[in-house]
Amino acid sequence: MGRTMAEKVWDAHVVHRAEGEPDLLYIDLHLVHEVTSPQAFDGLRQAGRGVRRPDLTVATEDHNVPTKGINLPIADEVSRTQVETLRRNCDEFGVTLYPMGDAEQGIVHVVGPQRGLTQPGMTIVCGDSHTSTHGAFGALAFGIGTSEVEHVLATQTLPLKPFKTMAITVDGELPQGVSAKDLILAVIAKIGTGGGQGYVLEYRGSAIRALSMEARMTIANMSIEAGARAGMIAPDETTFEYLKGRQQAPSGAEWDEAVQYWKSLTSDDDAVFDAEVVIDAAELSPFVTWGTNPGQGLPLAGRVPDPELITDEAERVAAEKALQYMDLTAGTPLKDIAVDTVFLGSCTNGRIEDLRVAAEILDGRRVAEQVRLLVVPGSMRVKQQAEAEGLDQIFVASGAEWRSAGCSMCLGMNPDQLAPGERSASTSNRNFEGRQGKGGRTHLVSPAVAAATAVRGTLSEPGDLRQPVVAG
Amino acid sequence: MQAFNTHTGVGIPLRRSNVDTDQIIPAVYLKRVTRTGFEDGLFAAWRADPSFVLNQPVFAAGSVLVAGPDFGTGSSREHAVWALLDYGIKVVVSSRFADIFRGNAGKGGLVAAQAAQDDVELLWKELENAPGTEVTVDLAAQTISAGSLTVSFQIDPYVRWRLLEGLDDISLTLRHADQIDEFEKSRKKFLPSTPAPGAGTAARTPSR
Repeated sequence: MGRTMAEKVWDAHVVHRAEGEPDLLYIDLHLVHEVTSPQAFDGLRQAGRGVRRPDLTVATEDHNVPTKGINLPIADEVSRTQVETLRRNCDEFGVTLYPMGDAEQGIVHVVGPQRGLTQPGMTIVCGDSHTSTHGAFGALAFGIGTSEVEHVLATQTLPLKPFKTMAITVDGELPQGVSAKDLILAVIAKIGTGGGQGYVLEYRGSAIRALSMEARMTIANMSIEAGARAGMIAPDETTFEYLKGRQQAPSGAEWDEAVQYWKSLTSDDDAVFDAEVVIDAAELSPFVTWGTNPGQGLPLAGRVPDPELITDEAERVAAEKALQYMDLTAGTPLKDIAVDTVFLGSCTNGRIEDLRVAAEILDGRRVAEQVRLLVVPGSMRVKQQAEAEGLDQIFVASGAEWRSAGCSMCLGMNPDQLAPGERSASTSNRNFEGRQGKGGRTHLVSPAVAAATAVRGTLSEPGDLRQPVVAG
Repeated sequence: MQAFNTHTGVGIPLRRSNVDTDQIIPAVYLKRVTRTGFEDGLFAAWRADPSFVLNQPVFAAGSVLVAGPDFGTGSSREHAVWALLDYGIKVVVSSRFADIFRGNAGKGGLVAAQAAQDDVELLWKELENAPGTEVTVDLAAQTISAGSLTVSFQIDPYVRWRLLEGLDDISLTLRHADQIDEFEKSRKKFLPSTPAPGAGTAARTPSR
């Protein structure tokens, strides 16, 4: 029987296998940031251990960093302590670090791919659930806890329990104006936030193959929001094209050898998945969440759902609570919902293509008067690229704030937060209660919807802007 | 991780069920950057109450916590186990443990001894009738003794073996160090490595 891509990558990394024990897997790349690593390094210190492979480990500062005034000391004491601790630890253990102010600094899941560190067939871990992002390249990539971070630092391996596989097949063509973000929000709405539990998802089908690498990263990134352990997309010419010439990608004869190997990773035709979900791309439209988990989403053209009509009791209760928290009334057209803040950024949608899409919509337009638009590039390289293309000028001219790289308002660990009761349209990945600031209300959207929403002041898609914009 | 064979220490009767990890250590203590020193966060809210068991001098230096059912529910924070260990607790006895807590306990070297609720009641009586009674926990024999009382407890055989051998996950993995070395020799040459520190990049020289 054939094997799936996930099984091939797993099998190629088994260091030790024995009956009744978890498989011991080798880890090709360990990404580190300031929040989940301090106790791991401290554990090494206590046990008198070192980092086995500093050359397969790289750190960046992202969760806590301010996105303005980055040359000043961090004002928040806890954030400053975590960042300073990471610097000390990387120094002591010989780990490469991209600190604030460095040209390579950025969100860990943006930095890995842009340097070419993320490659097909690799095992990649990080103490961060959105490590699934790297699966867009056909890598097996997943988030781990702090003691597992210590384990990988010490041994470059991880004991892991087996997983199940789920194929998510998306065939057909995405309609004009429908993006990868809309697609993944629709997938999560369909299978639910627990639908992927215990599974490695493989996104496949013609609609997936037609996507750029950055769009694929948006999809793989949110696999965790469906509860999955990881999400993968088979490497193809698009993947190779993206990787070729990047700083840490193979070159010369090694490039040819690598491509040969990468091509062999595709799931075999006779491979059997434990579960399969099929989605018709042509039926998709811009999507938005109305509730307090990423599975509570609907097409933007719809209305706030009526909990009374939900038959499943647990879901009905969840919907009632969500509407109460979100301060929404059943039946309200989603496009009538006014927002205070629009956040464009995060490891889900903080890449150059995301900024380009938003800038194109904002060019020649103004952000609505009562709306704050925050544009936070995913990395300093993305920032630099955007500035080289003049995108920053478009953002600033439209009335947006142009910031430096970091996780920012995705989780509000830095000063970029929603005030209690404030409502946002956000290109990030989680709409949990209080995620973007205590009492804040989040609607997850694509970059295009974010930009159109910033202009109109209510949840909107670019098509809505064709009508003359009413002043205000 | 220290090997665990038998342990003798003062038993602490904690007559509460559903002791969740937010009670064991509140979230405000999670911002630390160290792996030790969490003892002051242990049961922080309850310790504000002078009548709380750990505030009684006779129990304050205890090391065997005998608690009600469903110990360690809620958030998966590993800090809950660290706080107990940092305080000096070596064994928690309960009739039911939350799965994640039990897993974290095994990783950290804390013995989570599952005893029948009737036996927990007997232990509570013994410890309350004669405060300061020492409890002996024998991991090999899977018994808990206090005064004239001896009861048995359950623990996952694999976890028990690891605790007896003093093997944490990392030590266990390092028993396969040869295989890791061997695997590394066969890794594909084209796989990337992160730049070595100071090797011509601007990394690690923050422009502050």
